[in-house]
Amino acid sequence: MGIYPLEVDNLTVAYQKKPVLSSVSFRIPSGKLIGVLGPNGAGKSTMLKAVLGLIPTVGGSVKIFGQSYKESRKKVGYVPQRESVDWDFPTNALDVVMMGRYGHLGWFRRPGAKERRIAMECLAKVGMADFAGRQISQLSGGQQQRVFLARALAQNATLYFMDEPFAGVDATTEKAIISLLHELREQGKTVLVVHHDLSTVKEYFDEVVLLNGKLVAAGSTEETFTTANLQKTYGGRIAMLQDVTNASDRSDEAEVSGESSPRRSKTARRAGKAGKSSMTNAADGVDIPDEAEGADVPLGAVSRT
Amino acid sequence: MMSSLLGWFADPNMQWILMGSLLLGIGSGVIGSFTYLRKQSLMGDALAHAALPGICIAFMLMGVKSIGLFMLGSIISGMIATFGIHAITRYSRIKQDAALGIILSVFFGIGVVLMTKIQHSGNGNQSGLDKYMFGQAASMMKSDVYMMGVVSLLLIIVCFILFKEFKLVSFDPGFARGMGMKVGLLEQLLLFMTVVAVVVGIQAVGVVLVAALLITPAVSARYWTDSLGVMVVLAGFIGAFSGVTGTLISGTLSNLPTGPVTVLAATSLFLVSAIFAPNRGLVAKVWRRARTRQQIQQSQSLEMAQQRSRTVEGGLD
Repeated sequence: MGIYPLEVDNLTVAYQKKPVLSSVSFRIPSGKLIGVLGPNGAGKSTMLKAVLGLIPTVGGSVKIFGQSYKESRKKVGYVPQRESVDWDFPTNALDVVMMGRYGHLGWFRRPGAKERRIAMECLAKVGMADFAGRQISQLSGGQQQRVFLARALAQNATLYFMDEPFAGVDATTEKAIISLLHELREQGKTVLVVHHDLSTVKEYFDEVVLLNGKLVAAGSTEETFTTANLQKTYGGRIAMLQDVTNASDRSDEAEVSGESSPRRSKTARRAGKAGKSSMTNAADGVDIPDEAEGADVPLGAVSRT
Repeated sequence: MMSSLLGWFADPNMQWILMGSLLLGIGSGVIGSFTYLRKQSLMGDALAHAALPGICIAFMLMGVKSIGLFMLGSIISGMIATFGIHAITRYSRIKQDAALGIILSVFFGIGVVLMTKIQHSGNGNQSGLDKYMFGQAASMMKSDVYMMGVVSLLLIIVCFILFKEFKLVSFDPGFARGMGMKVGLLEQLLLFMTVVAVVVGIQAVGVVLVAALLITPAVSARYWTDSLGVMVVLAGFIGAFSGVTGTLISGTLSNLPTGPVTVLAATSLFLVSAIFAPNRGLVAKVWRRARTRQQIQQSQSLEMAQQRSRTVEGGLD
């Protein structure tokens, strides 16, 4: 396999002369979950935005499936940070998810019954089908995050970029998101996640990209997520680096304590259930019809064949 | 007053003017919805004030009063103002609100100076230019009204065609750009349409208050609905009502400028919305809070009663 989902070569980004990322090069293999890690201001989100062409770059190149981003845009799904939008916007959950289809619709064409159906299926996948008609400001933070995920699913991409999807969500939502990520991986999709919680890295990700203004290391979690590399990434700032890298069991413990927590709200419980059921239904996949472009692989196609 | 009102409706010239105000109101309401949701309401105000020097310079250069010419002048000075605001926020530590304030007042100051100069120049043609300050719908020529109506109609049509695009750009521009939408172009187009809406409304409503026709209908409409489509249509209706009411009242009552009356009409609808709208309105909020409190009190007293009966039963044992 010569073509990588993402190849970043010498990428340099600067905000008003101050370089935020300098000469970052790495490539990621297909069908993996990749965590992008680094301290605040390390340029994680900046890298994501530069790759997506949201901010100008000073130098370097980005190839997605061997092509420029412009040419392969429809293969890419994006989950921005939740705080990046005003949730008081007059719209409902279903409508936001349908926005994921706009790229396929092109100029002028309006979303119709087909888009509505796809959006409903994507909402169901993240356990949010019951909230389709809910005004988005009436959703909890975790639910808003899942709406954003559903919107990315509706994009029906093969490479996903997620900017801190786990920020400020409860244990239930975190589980729902992770089961969704696993499902995507099973379908052969590649997901790049900007992540902060070092204690869950070993459990969640196959590969990691360590950033600190420049690339510290990139590769399989096993080989790359080491104390030495983390020290290079975070400096002396993290006292318990040793703990994090050695004890992958620790996160299991945390999981158990989260599960047995007796005080869970009704909606959270319902959402948790829905999240699980979506996991068991993974084999069915969402049936998204082929678009005019041959490049589009229907969600779930891999799991069906 | 009644008879003069009837006389107004019978006058074909006035029918034109009313039609123009109606379309202007709809157009401003529709564009204003997007401006408001993109948190650029004040931008409309800055653009309106910035239009004044453009109008004056256009008049000084050509010596004629022509709405097309004025539109060109105010669009150019509006664009310069936008550029200035961008430059200030980009190259200094000054934030956008202050930059808006600086540009708005400087341009308006220049405009007033120029206008005074024109009025003292003894140019016979200058009469009526001062109407641009607060607007005088009744003073409009048929060609002006025609222009205003056609431009407003164009704005409405563009918003209808590009509704999906404007919606996503207003809600989540980052996502839109990642998806390959021409976000920069769409944002420029929205800004340009805001300028056009402001400029086209100036003669009817005046530079000082024309921004209210962008902001107030949109804010009022937001109270009634959680759907962007409904909000845009509603804002159009509220804008139309305000425009027509303003024109009617200012036309029938002697010498009242149109702008302030239009703004008052829009504001009265805003007050109704803010107080009586379901869910978001003040009354609904107070009522909801009272009901919740009552429910909690009821369940608490019920619990207390149950507890008491339990202890009584326990006592009998």
